[in-house]
Amino acid sequence: MSIVTIQLGQCGNQIGYEVFDTLCRDLNSTQGFCSKKENELYETSCKEHFFNEEKNGVPVARALLIDMEPKVISQTLLKAAHSGRWKYGQHSHFCQKQGSGNNWAYGYSVHGPKHKESIMNLIQKEVEKYDSLSGFSTIMSMAGGTGSGLGAFLTQNLRDTYPNSFIINQIIWPYGTGEVIVQNYNSVLTLSHLYRSSDALLVHENDVVYKICAKLMNIKQISFRDINQVIAHQLGSIFQPTYSSEGSFQYRRNLLGDLMTSLVPHPEFKMLGLRNIPQMSENLLAYTTFAWAGLLKHLRQMLISHAKMEEGINWQVKPPLSGVPALEKGPSNKDPHFNTSVANLVILRGKDVHHADLGGFKDPALYTSWLQPSDAFNEWRTQRAFNKYEKSAALVSNSQFLLKPLDTIIGKAWNMFASKAYVHQYTKFGIEEEDFLDSFTVLEQVLANYCNL
Amino acid sequence: MAQSVIVQVGQCGNQVGCCFWDLALREHAAVNRKGIYDDSLKNFFRNVDTRGAGDGIDISKGKICSLKARAVLIDMEEGVVNEILQGPLKDIFDSKQLITSVSGSGNNWAVGYKFFGSLYRDQIVERLRQTAEHCDCLQCFFIIHSMGGGTGSGLGTFILNVLEDEFPEVYRFVTSVFPSGEDDVITSPYNSVLAMKELNEHADCVLPIENESLFDIVSKINQMVTSGKPGQTVKPESLVTSNEGGIKKKPQKKPFDTMNNIVGNLLLNLTSSARFEGSLNMDLNEITMNLVPFPQLHYLVSSLTPLYTLADVNIPPRRLDQMFSDAFSKNHQLIQADPKHSLYLACALLVRGNVQISDLRRNIERLKSSLHFVSWNQEGWKTSLCSVPPVGHSHSLLALANNTCVKPTFMELKRRFTKLYKKRAHLHHYLQVDGMEESCFTEAVSSLSSLIERYDELDATKDLPIEDQRRLNIVI
Repeated sequence: MSIVTIQLGQCGNQIGYEVFDTLCRDLNSTQGFCSKKENELYETSCKEHFFNEEKNGVPVARALLIDMEPKVISQTLLKAAHSGRWKYGQHSHFCQKQGSGNNWAYGYSVHGPKHKESIMNLIQKEVEKYDSLSGFSTIMSMAGGTGSGLGAFLTQNLRDTYPNSFIINQIIWPYGTGEVIVQNYNSVLTLSHLYRSSDALLVHENDVVYKICAKLMNIKQISFRDINQVIAHQLGSIFQPTYSSEGSFQYRRNLLGDLMTSLVPHPEFKMLGLRNIPQMSENLLAYTTFAWAGLLKHLRQMLISHAKMEEGINWQVKPPLSGVPALEKGPSNKDPHFNTSVANLVILRGKDVHHADLGGFKDPALYTSWLQPSDAFNEWRTQRAFNKYEKSAALVSNSQFLLKPLDTIIGKAWNMFASKAYVHQYTKFGIEEEDFLDSFTVLEQVLANYCNL
Repeated sequence: MAQSVIVQVGQCGNQVGCCFWDLALREHAAVNRKGIYDDSLKNFFRNVDTRGAGDGIDISKGKICSLKARAVLIDMEEGVVNEILQGPLKDIFDSKQLITSVSGSGNNWAVGYKFFGSLYRDQIVERLRQTAEHCDCLQCFFIIHSMGGGTGSGLGTFILNVLEDEFPEVYRFVTSVFPSGEDDVITSPYNSVLAMKELNEHADCVLPIENESLFDIVSKINQMVTSGKPGQTVKPESLVTSNEGGIKKKPQKKPFDTMNNIVGNLLLNLTSSARFEGSLNMDLNEITMNLVPFPQLHYLVSSLTPLYTLADVNIPPRRLDQMFSDAFSKNHQLIQADPKHSLYLACALLVRGNVQISDLRRNIERLKSSLHFVSWNQEGWKTSLCSVPPVGHSHSLLALANNTCVKPTFMELKRRFTKLYKKRAHLHHYLQVDGMEESCFTEAVSSLSSLIERYDELDATKDLPIEDQRRLNIVI
């Protein structure tokens, strides 16, 4: 079933390009460590989700490029055409002449309504190309105006027009400092609006990805390209095909549907974090071997101790004693560093994948009291190695991973809101103080829910 | 891509404007090797087929035919504009873009604003409309003027009002050259304070410039160029004051030319990210969005670095970091101010050339502990990366600070105004102009006073401990 990717704003378009390029390079890779037939099945399944095949054999991304400013889109289209591996569709983009100026209100209340018809038509034309639609995946940053404001507007409209399709929003979470000054306002408005209409928000924290580039990938002068490639790798590690069930060699057909079933058991909990292991520079990769037991031990500790990457993991953190009755398991007698989960999904790719033991993730103590591990934990596997890693694991987690970043963003936005700074820029385009208050209320509620797991 | 229109008013405005157009042409010539009219050129220039009659037909694609500046040139004397029309830049302007008179405003704001304003209003609107009609998406007007004289100050701020009335959706950025203490125009404090009220009320953002600062920067550069220490040779085309390769081949004689070039460079760098591609774009509308937390606090102190590049080009990172440090030092600011010892409301770093996000982050981390930010905007940084460096440089930085350090400039202005006004000196020259009343003076000075008060209030918070606001409680 196909997934339509919607790339929004400068950030969304730049990352979107890297995602499709990563998927394509992975398909063409000779380092899949599997049989030719296996590889073909894998390729077919990937294309079924993300690409159309053109007559001349060049895959065409099932993507729409949307920005309110032409520079990035023309650059992105060109880069894809030059890659020789894949390209974007001929009429798959929409742009205007003047951006949203980092103003969420402008994207949401001006650009949104003004271009609703054109964009929704573009989406409908894309959707009509496919026999079956699994859903939409948007890529957008929260900091700016177009990705965030227009993104929130479009997500709402997608929900109304396609009530039966899944919507997952890939959210680029801004740096703590240094990108856009009004980013915390924009983020609060984005998150609160998406929370009403999206099925899941998959979060990519810029600060974390940046650290991964510096510490794990060992890059000295880090460019946006480097950062975007790490995000693309992480997304690829989820999106590339996996077997549909334990012991089966059939590839999964409804990727988005399965993702939601596994990870979003309750509509109040839909913030997903992502962890990958291993991550390292290509040079090093050639000289390293991995064992599943070691990788998964690390991944599990990253999960329970809130580690953002495979470095500086706190090994002291332990789950609360299992066997304690659920009622007494409340937040009080818990290690403050322990990360409680709603649901987790581990995706394993590569050699000997069927021997990997995921028992450590099935401990009831890892999960909230109202879900059993059998419901809360899922595993997806494939023998096909991903992106040159002989073995690799990805963890998608609906847990307290995003508690702190969310709390920080709300706190900073709230401090600014108390002085009413910058609010006039939003009221100018119809977003009033009450709208801000509503958004704060929604997010404080989300925060409280995750806090009380 | 959106377009901008430059409105240059008065002698100073036209001279600075000219430097800007010269620099802009050179910059595009350096980047655009194929002679194709592209989106980045379109920002400030029309491409016109001049063979036809009248206004010429806009050619939207293909080879460059004849470039016309998106500009309106206004002066109430003829000298400077005539000089431009006879000079090397004559081809980029035509008579339909000009408004001149012969009598001058006599260094009197009231003559510029009230008299010439009402006399030329229709003509000004018509010229602006024509220029605007040539744009398919007009985003911003840049007014360039000086505060001390009559035409730039008076008619310049009158035009600001006209723009607000006629083009409410289009941004209004004003580059204002403030008079120095030893200004030879005796009425400059009046003119400046009267103009300030208009800037307060009708501009989206103002970039104040002080002649004294430009002068200091020029002397510093000259010292560097003439010192000629071994290994310290300065690349001639890299000076921010340079005209190398530009329209004036002879060594520059007029000191104002070099100073005006600095302001021209400021505008060039301000718009670079909107014109050229980069990994982190900053459109003009993002400047006000990020840097103006309250409508009237829209004065942005700017600094440009580097002022020159040494001839040996291999820049070690230390030199790159030096560029960031310099941007915050007192002697790189384009007004006499010290942002480091005042309070930041917000700060933008517009970087050009071969600089990566990691360089930006490293330098922000390094510098932020030495800067004071207002309590509610502790992380008040906005950044952009434009991949095209200025001609002659490998990289450059324009810092824009919304900082309480502009206050002394305003206080000094008020002091000099009050000194004159107490004696009611020269007042009759103003009051005899139709429509000018004494209340104009009292309102103007009270507008300035309340602006200074706003900055005072902010300064008062500087040493208070920073506390988090109490958050909303959720009842479960």
